[in-house]
Amino acid sequence: MVEFEFTPEQRDLRAVAREFCTERFAGPEVRRLVETPDGFDREVWRRLGRDVGLLGLALPEELGGAGAGLVDLALVAEEFGRAVAPAPLVGTVALAATALRLAGDDGTAEELLPAIAEGEAVVALAATDDRGAWAPAQPTVRATRTDSGWRLTGEQAHVLDGAAADAVLVLATTETGTGLFAVDGAADGLTREPLSVLDLTRRLARLRYADVPARAVGEPGQAATAVAGARDVAAVVLAAEAVGGAQRLLDMSVEYARTRLQFGRAIGSFQAVKHRCADMLVDVEHARSVAYHAAWAQDAGTDDPRVAADLATTVTAEAYLRVAKNTVQVHGGIGFTWEHPTHLYYKRAVGDAALLGGRAAAAERLAAAVLDGPALGGVA
Amino acid sequence: MTDRDRVVETARSVVAEHPPATTPQRAFLGACFDAGLAWVHFPEGFGGLGVAPGLQAVADGILQGAGGPNPFWLNPMGYGMAGPTVMAHASRELAAQLLRPDYVCDEIWCQLFSEPGAGSDLAGLATRAVRDGDTWVVTGQKVWTSNAHKARRALLLARTDPDQPKHRGLTYFVLDMTDPGVEVRPLRQMTGEAEFNEVYLREARIPDAHRLGEVGQGWHVAMTTLMNERTAIGGGSSVRGSGSIGTALRLWRERPDLRTPALRERLVHLFARADAARLTGDRQRAEAGERIGPEGSIGKLVGAELNQDVHEWCMDALGVEATLYSGYEPRPDGSPPPVEGEDRQRMFLRSRANTIEGGTSEVLRTILGERLLGLPGDLRADTGRPWSEVPRG
Ligand SMILES: Cc1cc2nc3c(=O)[nH]c(=O)nc-3n(C[C@H](O)[C@H](O)[C@H](O)COP(=O)(O)OP(=O)(O)OC[C@H]3O[C@@H](n4cnc5c(N)ncnc54)[C@H](O)[C@@H]3O)c2cc1C
Repeated sequence: MVEFEFTPEQRDLRAVAREFCTERFAGPEVRRLVETPDGFDREVWRRLGRDVGLLGLALPEELGGAGAGLVDLALVAEEFGRAVAPAPLVGTVALAATALRLAGDDGTAEELLPAIAEGEAVVALAATDDRGAWAPAQPTVRATRTDSGWRLTGEQAHVLDGAAADAVLVLATTETGTGLFAVDGAADGLTREPLSVLDLTRRLARLRYADVPARAVGEPGQAATAVAGARDVAAVVLAAEAVGGAQRLLDMSVEYARTRLQFGRAIGSFQAVKHRCADMLVDVEHARSVAYHAAWAQDAGTDDPRVAADLATTVTAEAYLRVAKNTVQVHGGIGFTWEHPTHLYYKRAVGDAALLGGRAAAAERLAAAVLDGPALGGVA
Repeated sequence: MTDRDRVVETARSVVAEHPPATTPQRAFLGACFDAGLAWVHFPEGFGGLGVAPGLQAVADGILQGAGGPNPFWLNPMGYGMAGPTVMAHASRELAAQLLRPDYVCDEIWCQLFSEPGAGSDLAGLATRAVRDGDTWVVTGQKVWTSNAHKARRALLLARTDPDQPKHRGLTYFVLDMTDPGVEVRPLRQMTGEAEFNEVYLREARIPDAHRLGEVGQGWHVAMTTLMNERTAIGGGSSVRGSGSIGTALRLWRERPDLRTPALRERLVHLFARADAARLTGDRQRAEAGERIGPEGSIGKLVGAELNQDVHEWCMDALGVEATLYSGYEPRPDGSPPPVEGEDRQRMFLRSRANTIEGGTSEVLRTILGERLLGLPGDLRADTGRPWSEVPRG
């Protein structure tokens, strides 16, 4: 597998994903979905899984998946990002499914992963603390073993897709360390409060556990690895979504700059506008390179996967934010309106920059890898 | 066997038969040329293998990885620009005559494009070429000509018809720099030394056989040169941490006494930008078809601004040491005085030129906007007017 060379099958996959997103996540539909309680359409999600087969792409074949890699998933994510599709792709397919795959619990994996691939189950990975911090060393949910099994008590905030999930994978503290636990979305003692969010296309919830029955998933020692691995995959998916979103914004800006006339000329003929568009192009191209590089790093080992993921987060988050800001500016007043789609993308960029620990933490890890330790492979 | 395998195998056998450590540079380069690894996308017999240009990086990785020289550093205009322009536009005979001496550095090249009155607006240049039977007689002044003082040959763009609109009256030539009508005068730059020159042409003579492309088609030929120039400057290496960012990373490693959290924060973002640029070069090479297009300008634009930011970081990191300089007096051959280690202050000053040479960053942004994004052109005062009627100054 040569980096950056897509196979014909991957090109087809992109076309299928684009067609689906164009059809199902057109502008008015996105606006309708963000007004609904769940924030996404379960029937569309099922079709994506069962009929189109996009949700199980990166899952092993014996677990209902297609056994493809992260490059394939990134191609789909790019199309989702282009449409700012409101759907639990990051929460369920990237985070929860990866954590389940890495947790070392065949039983739970065999039960939940095929359901995720089919679009039947929406699963959230609740790996935050009660203030929303990602992957705390001391989780704020405590798991206790009782005669009738495990029970969870505590609280977590900013859980992606936490309110709509059919099942929640919870990072909790036990006597013997941190562990992952599966909780039914409708379990007794679980209260889920949807948070009022800035990015309407990604739902976050506060989860309260009052003696909630739970099932241990894998060995406690595996939990940190599973959550870190899930983050690496989700970072690539977020990065690829950012590529799609930023490309869409660039396309919109260029189209507007070509057709909007002021002073008797298309505004794109003014260098202040033209050069801003050129800078957006550079951002999009850089974002695309690091996002797919991170996917290839995990699939084919072309780089240290964690370094590549942190690089992808650092570069794409900044690029997406800058492209979105520039898009507002190029559009003038209309870019600031509720009617215009730009704000959905801008808020997506702002929200993404803070997810999974945020881009500052990614840059910090990158600095630790590149600057603090011994020289990285290839780095002078 | 795929083309990639063929390139790999060829490069490995060149390295095995001519180990760079023990082979004289000229012989090593000659072996590379004869094996088709000079410009892999050129036809066989002309220094190439007739494979995709993206595979050059594969060959370079093996040849330079084994300690072979980087031809772009040895003969930048010759390797990066003259080679591709000659291959695309010269007759087979002329190409056969010019390419090998170019690649093995028997003949250094320079680029006689810019003039006092024509920089960004290159197509407005005034140097005249007038036909005299089988030769052309050239008169005019060029400026900023890098390496003219070392060059045996030059890529020359001259005006052959002043009454046409500016792009249509140009013709492209290969000039012999030893012609008696050529005078080279060094120009000193802010770093102290003289990398570039003024070149005065007084009835310099060029055989018509050394014309590239048709009379009046010079702009079209020049586009090949400029695209290749930008790709060569901006193409960068596919090795992480090479180029200017490597200078900063080395400083960070070698001088723990200089480290501060603020410098660390800035450096990691510079690293991320450099690595994104590197990967974008890799991706463009992987996607490249037969032709290098305006997307090559992305790497040139980013690389220039990144170099400046990286060297600025180095100066900040050096603290009060940044106030010193290794010396402004050039050596007789125009080169800077030797220093131990890296001459970071000189590199810092030199980087100011990066956003000017090879197309200014303003011009490049315009190219990206118009050629890649399809935005409408700037308002201009010269469209359609004969060159001779356009204001200049
Ligand atoms: C170190 C160095 C080496 C060089 N080597 C060579 C060489 O070997 N051969 C050669 O032929 N040339 C060479 N050059 C010349 C180089 O290509 C020119 O300097 C460059 O094209 C700019 O031209 P100029 O200096 O005349 O500046 P101008 O074109 O006069 O530009 C001045 C300023 O105006 C801006 N500007 C001009 N037009 C526009 C526009 N339409 N829109 C917006 N902004 C505009 C420019 O961006 C710049 O900021 C070299 C230059 C340097 C610095």
